Amino acid sequence: MATLEINNLHAEVAENGERILRGVDLEVNSGEIHALMGPNGSGKSTTAKVIAGHPAYEVTDGEITLHLDDEDLADVDEELEEEHYHWDLLDLEPNERAALGIFLAFQYPAEIEGVTMTNFLRQALNAKLEEREELFEDEDEAEAEKEEDEGYETSPMEGPADDGEIGVAEFQQILSEKMELLDMDESFAQRYLNAGFSGGEKKQNEVLQAAILEPSIAVLDEIDSGLDIDRLNDVAQGIERLRDEQGTGVLQITHYQRILDYVEPDRVHVMLDGEVVMDGDAELAEKLEEKGYDWVREQVYETA
Amino acid sequence: MSSDQDHLQQTDTEERFDFKKDSEAAYAAEKGLTEETIHAISDDKDEPDWMRERRLRALKQFQAMPMPTDWPGQPDLSEMDINEIVPYIRPDIETRGGVDDWTDLPDDIKDTFDKLGIPEAEKNALSGVGAQYESEVVYQNMLERWEDKGVVFMNMDQAVDEHPELVKEHFMTDCVPPSDNKFAALHGAIWSGGSFVYVPEGVTVDMPVQAYFRMNSEGMGQFEHTLIIAEEGSEVHYIEGCSAPKYSAFNLHSGGVEVYVGEDAHVQYSTVQNWSKNTYNLNTKRALVEQNGRMEWISGSMGSKATMLYPSTVLKGRGASDNHITIAFAGEGQDIDTGAKVYHNAPNTKSTIESKSISKDGGRTNYRGLVHIADGAENSSTAVECDALMFDNESTSDTMPYMEINESKVDVAHEATVGKIGDEDIFYLQTRGLDDDDAKQMIVSGFIEPITEELPIEYAVELNRLVELEMEGSLG
Repeated sequence: MATLEINNLHAEVAENGERILRGVDLEVNSGEIHALMGPNGSGKSTTAKVIAGHPAYEVTDGEITLHLDDEDLADVDEELEEEHYHWDLLDLEPNERAALGIFLAFQYPAEIEGVTMTNFLRQALNAKLEEREELFEDEDEAEAEKEEDEGYETSPMEGPADDGEIGVAEFQQILSEKMELLDMDESFAQRYLNAGFSGGEKKQNEVLQAAILEPSIAVLDEIDSGLDIDRLNDVAQGIERLRDEQGTGVLQITHYQRILDYVEPDRVHVMLDGEVVMDGDAELAEKLEEKGYDWVREQVYETA
Repeated sequence: MSSDQDHLQQTDTEERFDFKKDSEAAYAAEKGLTEETIHAISDDKDEPDWMRERRLRALKQFQAMPMPTDWPGQPDLSEMDINEIVPYIRPDIETRGGVDDWTDLPDDIKDTFDKLGIPEAEKNALSGVGAQYESEVVYQNMLERWEDKGVVFMNMDQAVDEHPELVKEHFMTDCVPPSDNKFAALHGAIWSGGSFVYVPEGVTVDMPVQAYFRMNSEGMGQFEHTLIIAEEGSEVHYIEGCSAPKYSAFNLHSGGVEVYVGEDAHVQYSTVQNWSKNTYNLNTKRALVEQNGRMEWISGSMGSKATMLYPSTVLKGRGASDNHITIAFAGEGQDIDTGAKVYHNAPNTKSTIESKSISKDGGRTNYRGLVHIADGAENSSTAVECDALMFDNESTSDTMPYMEINESKVDVAHEATVGKIGDEDIFYLQTRGLDDDDAKQMIVSGFIEPITEELPIEYAVELNRLVELEMEGSLG
């Protein structure tokens, strides 16, 4: 079981020093669904981006730690040391975090023209596997491999130097299975990454990517925004499958109760002014829906 | 995987593109350019007098013309001194006009070409390969079945001897006369090597014909001439690849390409150029297209210190058409000024131009294009699209699409976009597991994808690899 542990996280906008996060505490285990709620500007999306390693934010205090166990590391073919079970994410690049099992579904996914979904996803999956090997490899070995790599490259006449662990045929198989699981149209695979996708297709695509990359913890930033009711249902089912089929822990950021009717959260956290100020179970979300964030404000500041 | 691919896998890529050999040249012209130089070249080649006369005439024109300096935003050529560039070097080879068997080549030349992968490329089912080492074509071959149909693919020098009538009629006459520009005149005076392609009426050469050019000696110029004649109803795809290792003295490449596209004929000319970073690459390429003929230019311009290259097409006959596809990549210290020119001189002619340029680390790309539609060329249409992608704020990208439309019944479309690689896009890809470099590479490969998808697969792959190498900064 993996655990994402956030302690006293403070972060500001790197460019202008604007303080956004003022001591966020959160803990998400794999296999659980958490909802992170709060009004606009409370720091929900910033929390998501900082977890993934967005360069626009500077962390000024606090930790984000990913704890892994033997089950999470079953694929790793190296001798594991204690340090391999606990990772300080703030020391790592975004792609290294991804390799360890962190996934961020974007509120506004990037559109990349000219790169097909298939090519993108296969390259991403292979990059993840490769990075994973590097993270768990001991240093002497890494050094030796580096030397071996030198002077070994293929010619431009023959395609990419390193085609990766998962070949085209094998990947097609994986992709078809996942798309079927999520009930997605096959034509998706040959379209350019998010280019010209409708809002709903983009969100569905984020879920597909999580299904392919099989993260331990998926942070979903307003996956429910811009969805019609049918698509909302599809996406919600996709999220449940991520948890049920691959044990992904989900931190779902949302403004609204609506999606929570489809995906019942195990825990609900409420953010206000850059902090998590309330925690509870699914009922808390309903209460919020009914009473609004002003009620939270009153509760918090009265008791404070 | 075939065994020659295994062999290539063991070849270091950087080494393949950036190595030099100790050269033992049989003859090297004195530095500088005079009538004596021309005579020395002509004597050494044992050329007929008419060609010698043309060279001398071109030299006079070259001497009379000023250096081009008045183009807006043109690359700086002031550091280039033509007198410092040795115009002609012939490698030490017994056989005139190349050898037919790979194994007969001297070892060092063979080694150089092995690194470039030439014989392997041929085995990849290309119909003929002519590789130019320094100025002479040293290896020529053509599959017999094309020869039987009357297709000619040979060294340009050899064509002067063996097909004098065709060469006299077409060599720097109607298409690219030496008077066209200063570098065309220079080329006319000291051209050497290159390819001659002749496709008889009605013949379709259904595999690409390929030539590779390479400069290897410090401070030398390369002035190869390519003449392609496609008779009525014929079809051919010619591919040229270029690369030069890096040196400290300035190299000059000033090639000439002339293409005659007959009625209903179709010629595709593809080039992936990868000159070393001290080369001035100043070329003149032009096609004349007869009624219902079709010309396609596909160019990838990589490397060089400065490139000025604007393949042009003259649509002479009714219904003739043109398609230009260009990719330019400029890194640190590079100025890549490329584009396209199309003259619509007849009714119902059609042209499309797609240009993609990428600049990085302070490099500059410029799209410079001209579409001219003559009075009377009614029902003609043109569509120009240029897109530029910049890596950083230090890099520049300009667009200069000139249009001269002298006819009212025409359809003209133009689109241009300039953008910087988005930090959000990179971050998105990083969160999916790609590192920073791979993320940028993916964005760039997507950016040029509309172009690579039109190339033959080997070239699409080569172009992508070259772009990757450029981005890694590992090319000299």
